[in-house]
Amino acid sequence: MGELSQVLFPLLLLVGAVAAAAVLTWFERRLLGIWQDRYGPNRLGPFGVLQVASDMLKLLTKDDWVPPFSDRVVFVFAPTTIVVAMLLGFAVVPFSPDLYIIDLNIGVLFFLSMTSLAVYSVLLGGLASNNKYALLGGLRSAAQMVSYEVFMGLSLMGVVMLTGSFSMRDIVLAQTDLWFCVPQCLGLYVFLIAGVAESHRLPFDLPEAEHELTAGFHTEYGGMKFAMFMLGEYLGLILISCMIVTLFFGGWLGPWLPPVVWFTLKVFICICFFVLLRAAIPRPRYDQLMSLGWKYMLPLTLVNLVLTGAIALYMAEGF
Amino acid sequence: MLNSLGSQLKTLWTILQHSFTRAETVQYPEQQPYLAPRYRGRIVLTRDPDGDERCVACNLCAVACPVDCIALQQGTREDGRWYPTFFRINFSRCVMCGMCEEACPTTAIQLTPDFEMCEYNRNNMVYEKEHLLIDGTGKYHDYNFYRVAGMAIDGKDKGDAVNESVPVDVKSLLP
Repeated sequence: MGELSQVLFPLLLLVGAVAAAAVLTWFERRLLGIWQDRYGPNRLGPFGVLQVASDMLKLLTKDDWVPPFSDRVVFVFAPTTIVVAMLLGFAVVPFSPDLYIIDLNIGVLFFLSMTSLAVYSVLLGGLASNNKYALLGGLRSAAQMVSYEVFMGLSLMGVVMLTGSFSMRDIVLAQTDLWFCVPQCLGLYVFLIAGVAESHRLPFDLPEAEHELTAGFHTEYGGMKFAMFMLGEYLGLILISCMIVTLFFGGWLGPWLPPVVWFTLKVFICICFFVLLRAAIPRPRYDQLMSLGWKYMLPLTLVNLVLTGAIALYMAEGF
Repeated sequence: MLNSLGSQLKTLWTILQHSFTRAETVQYPEQQPYLAPRYRGRIVLTRDPDGDERCVACNLCAVACPVDCIALQQGTREDGRWYPTFFRINFSRCVMCGMCEEACPTTAIQLTPDFEMCEYNRNNMVYEKEHLLIDGTGKYHDYNFYRVAGMAIDGKDKGDAVNESVPVDVKSLLP
């Protein structure tokens, strides 16, 4: 890449990702509407797409209130963490053979660490609010974190094992013959569930849990700080979709169409699937989520890891 | 585990099939919903078939009202008919329960299938008699209280009402 595009592309990606997250709020509501036999926001502009602008205007003009009983510094700091962490995660996503910000040789680990950082935002936001609902949300977030972080990382090790590299580009290039969703179907299944939990979306939005905890960890948040949390959540959704596509569905690979189009198309379908999950599956209790994580998902991941290791060894060396 | 996974997949499939079903939404301002004739909406005061006010200001509606949103004062006209000197309904309190309509002995107060009564100013939700009174008979076209009641008014003495026998003179018990 040239000097100019070195600067231009990250900037473009930054704007693009934030804009995509904003449009996604509208898109998700429309899609949910379709699946729940209603319309969703359809009044403002063509198909209601200007709803995004009106929502943003409303959030921007709201009183920027910090509750006097909260831990002020952490309260203000928490919502920025999730956005920054999620945006940094995009740095390692390869959009096409030569469209990426950085090709780290520890790309997968970088992604995992960034999404793990984002969890602290929820945790700290919940604790700093000094509010019972927010505290419960923060606690649930912590409980959720310990139950899925382990198998989330481990579920990707099968992919890494087959590729022999942590670099995202190498992982995509290794899928030229066969996408990893076939040999790593167990890994995909586990990572999908962990990904939903990671981005705190239904059915695993336990820290938020509108129906039980009013708004969970962001009960005390309003205006732009609340918008930051939402932005972070939707960025997380896009990031997880990008990761699933890169790691399991061959990233930019595909016939006829240009690589970027293939990548975008796959990410789009993946996002639609996440919305479908939200529309269809009810939320479990958090002890159910924890027992699912430790009793089923972790052993499943370990079995996947051992099997993948054995097969990889057999392919490489024979008996 | 496998059983529940199958159930979840079935749920996903069912919801996905809803991509092709029509939305149930009624697009309200453009698409008006059908309201039954007996829908309980805005309250009106009706007139009898002869064009006079039906309300005799008996206060039963105000007593029946669970939220005390009706206020009225009885007066008597020169021809002997009772009427409300004022009749006030505070619609910001009204819960459209229809108790007043059920309590009304003269079918004067009636609920109509109209619910579009938003106001920017809360004081405008208080309806006076001139706002409530309509020209028609509402749901009961032939009923006229004074025609069937035993009360004497100008032009209709005791015993003149429909199905009313002439009053007995209790002081002359001669056979």
